[in-house]
Amino acid sequence: MSRSSSRIDTKKVNSELVTLTYGALVAQMIKDLDNADDVSKQLERLGYNMGIRIVEDFLSKTGSGRCLDLKDTADKVQMAFKMYLGVQPNVANWSAAGDEFSFILDSNPLTELVELPDDLKNLKYCNIICGVLRGALEMVHLDVQSWIVQDQLKGDSNTEIRLKFIRRLEDSIPAGED
Amino acid sequence: MADETVFDFLHSELVNYVIEQSELKNKDAKDEDLSNLEYLGFSTGYRMIERLTKEMPRFKDELDTMKFICTDFWTAIYRKQIDNLRTNHQGVYVLQDNGFRFLNNISNGKQYLELAPRYVTFTCGVVRGGLANLGINSLVTAEVQSMPSCKFHIQVQRS
Repeated sequence: MSRSSSRIDTKKVNSELVTLTYGALVAQMIKDLDNADDVSKQLERLGYNMGIRIVEDFLSKTGSGRCLDLKDTADKVQMAFKMYLGVQPNVANWSAAGDEFSFILDSNPLTELVELPDDLKNLKYCNIICGVLRGALEMVHLDVQSWIVQDQLKGDSNTEIRLKFIRRLEDSIPAGED
Repeated sequence: MADETVFDFLHSELVNYVIEQSELKNKDAKDEDLSNLEYLGFSTGYRMIERLTKEMPRFKDELDTMKFICTDFWTAIYRKQIDNLRTNHQGVYVLQDNGFRFLNNISNGKQYLELAPRYVTFTCGVVRGGLANLGINSLVTAEVQSMPSCKFHIQVQRS
């Protein structure tokens, strides 16, 4: 492909494209569902759907193997953040039991160019990320819960996403197939 | 900076979401209602082009604008240029993409042809939105005869 007339930084544009499209989607959802909680739930579900597919893309691109423990998993997810969102979060705030930790993002491409109006202060704008984490990890047999602790859109200094390990999923045979 | 695949996944979720909503609203409608999807594209395109063109000189005329859409704008979003641009010089433009990004991953042939509108509607909106922001009111429709190629018809509305 000729790049002769390329006056445009494709990488940056692609990132903005995601941001703008996501913004348009959230706005549409608010119109459709007129309840911030439902929108947050819907965004999480959408993220879940993306997550179960992103993990495959991740595995095929990185060829990474099994995780030995949750710390290992955290490192890989950190890498995935870098790959897909272009930002590297810090892994921090481990719980004493070692089953819960946070990703801390200094900047969040999803919320760039975004401002929340006052009447939507309880909207979890980035809930899609929680969904992606849940979906992606479920596909590698980890049942996790994920939620947003700090949000830059609500005036916090960074975005903090908490992740809690619940259990390991075992292979099970679908009902009716022996 | 997000990876390109993220946009692919996001787009397919947009399609899913809009179709789900339209099924919830009117269960017995025969045709699925994709107008919201088009509108999502419109708002995206409208904002997108503003950011892309802010440092550029004004376009000479309508054709110049279309050329920009076919080259830089298309490359920015779809990773390639439009393969063919045709016009009757009376406000009708046909943009042909022989390997449209959102159709590339669907198997060729006739089997899924009836689902094609789902994957081109967003783009119709993007083009309409982009043109609208540059001061050209238009109607954009798409035509898929065989995947993964796709033709976008732009009809400029003058009045």
